[in-house]
Amino acid sequence: MIRGIPQDSSDSQRYLRQPWYSSLLSAIIDFSRHKPLGAIGGGLLAILVLIALFAPVISPHNPYDISSRDILASPSGDHWLGGDSLGRDVFSRLLYGGRISLFVGLVSIAIGISAGSFLGAVSAYFGGKFDLIVQRFVDAFIAFPGIILGLAIMAVLGSSVYNIIIALVLVLAPSAIRTVRSQALAVKEMDFVLAARALGASDLRIIVRHIIPNCMAIFIILFTLNLGYAIIVEATLTFLGVGVPPDVPSWGGMLAEGGIAYLRDAPWLAIAPGIALSLAVFGVNLFGDALRDVLDPRLRGR
Amino acid sequence: MTGYILQRLALFLPTLILASFLAFAVMRILPGDPAIAMLGGAEGSFTQEDIELVREKLGTNRPIHVQYVTWIGDLFTGDLNESYFLHVPVAELMKDRFPVSTQLALMALLMSYVVAIPLGVLSAVKQDTIFDHAAKLFTIAGVALPTFWVGILILFILGYYFNWVPPLDYASFFEDPFTNMQQLIFPAIALGYFNTAFAARLTRSTMLEVMHEDYIRTARSKGLKELAVISRHAIKNAFLPVITIVGFQLGRLFGGAVAIEAIFVIPGVGRLLVESVLIRDYPVVQATILMIALVVLALNLIVDLLYGWLNPRIRYS
Repeated sequence: MIRGIPQDSSDSQRYLRQPWYSSLLSAIIDFSRHKPLGAIGGGLLAILVLIALFAPVISPHNPYDISSRDILASPSGDHWLGGDSLGRDVFSRLLYGGRISLFVGLVSIAIGISAGSFLGAVSAYFGGKFDLIVQRFVDAFIAFPGIILGLAIMAVLGSSVYNIIIALVLVLAPSAIRTVRSQALAVKEMDFVLAARALGASDLRIIVRHIIPNCMAIFIILFTLNLGYAIIVEATLTFLGVGVPPDVPSWGGMLAEGGIAYLRDAPWLAIAPGIALSLAVFGVNLFGDALRDVLDPRLRGR
Repeated sequence: MTGYILQRLALFLPTLILASFLAFAVMRILPGDPAIAMLGGAEGSFTQEDIELVREKLGTNRPIHVQYVTWIGDLFTGDLNESYFLHVPVAELMKDRFPVSTQLALMALLMSYVVAIPLGVLSAVKQDTIFDHAAKLFTIAGVALPTFWVGILILFILGYYFNWVPPLDYASFFEDPFTNMQQLIFPAIALGYFNTAFAARLTRSTMLEVMHEDYIRTARSKGLKELAVISRHAIKNAFLPVITIVGFQLGRLFGGAVAIEAIFVIPGVGRLLVESVLIRDYPVVQATILMIALVVLALNLIVDLLYGWLNPRIRYS
């Protein structure tokens, strides 16, 4: 039976009667029932997205406002998580920091994984010398641990939100090239590719319309599994002082500023962004793991 | 086996050359002039002559292929140039800093094996018990907690609750092993936690797989005690993928060491790199990242060869 095509009249009746969102809803319920941990992760991710979207509405103070009265203030009713070394509201900075983490993570993943997947598919499709050269470049890139490569790139570009996205794209793309290539190597031998070629389809059309759609599961897995890594690398680089500029509220920056210097006097300065960062990565990883189990047929049922 | 070694070596050399090219190119192909960056970056605070002078000193006024060839030539003679700000030969800095980071990474790796393998084996054998769930919590947390945050947390717990701070003046293991251990044991725990969690998860899943194999059933049915089945038949076979994948993690450890060394004030190569990046000491940055890549590539080669030696199926495929 071909999925998605109604087989008889009762089936088509059911499809017609259901509103568009019910299939999405039933998919979510199905996913939660089989992967409760994944659902928890998805929930955490959803909360993070909501915080990022509504940070200006939720946060009680302006995250950039300096107030000499609140320097290293303890948590109170007005400042839920106290004040930092410049008297800025830690809770508001935490909410805006989620925005930066998610924005940088999602944009760099979207560009890095897409570009990497495309290049991986092209490399597999053409094969031969071209493939060999691309793969040696990938080897060379992978020889540099992500944080080391990120540091070197940021050393030249200088710290800014857009530069860290460039650095992350260069860190993330090589492993996507490698992973998608291995999948695309199998796909390109399939009969429908041969059929498309017999019909006179161009190379670009075969890659874009036939090979890449058949690597979609891998693409989604790479997307979610690397999101946590991207968030950690961004936070680490910012913590080391080369990522997001210090005045922009970010979790890595908050840890750098309050992390060690005030560990004894104002531990909440380090603990709050650390917990936020860990929960975000934890949620993304749980969701990604569950998604991989569902999408990767080799792991299904384990 | 000889063919396999030659094949691996043939792949190793071009990759090494390309990696050296990347370490070189990052500083030149990306937008931004190292000379201007080194002068401070602010407009008007330096003249054109200043820029030319720094370019002359860095050698960036020469054609790019000449620069690369000169740099590689210098590398072969062991001359890694001189730090622009510290006025010390870079090779000298490497000799001081690399052993520290290597010791840290090896301690972290050793620890992750010592903890992860029993943990993974036990949670596979006692699948779905309280122990297995507790182990799962420990590993899920380990994979999610950023390494530098674990470092800060350990520093916080030691200082806030135990009123103890690791000794600040670094002593090498051969000078003063006791002080050295005090300094490195907690950073190594922080650095190794991710790997421990990762390796424990992997050990558990490969153990579960192996425990369902036919030869385990055979071993049981010939009357072997469960302990003998696990120790003599299961662990041996579950161990192979764990060894290799954890071996590949050494590169990641060098990356993680950067932040850990900054937090625990350890004079390793990672801290050197961060300091050089912050003051834009390009000759040091360039040499450091190349050395790290070289170590990672060499380790990967060793792991590859080890794998081929341990698993005959690999070298004939």
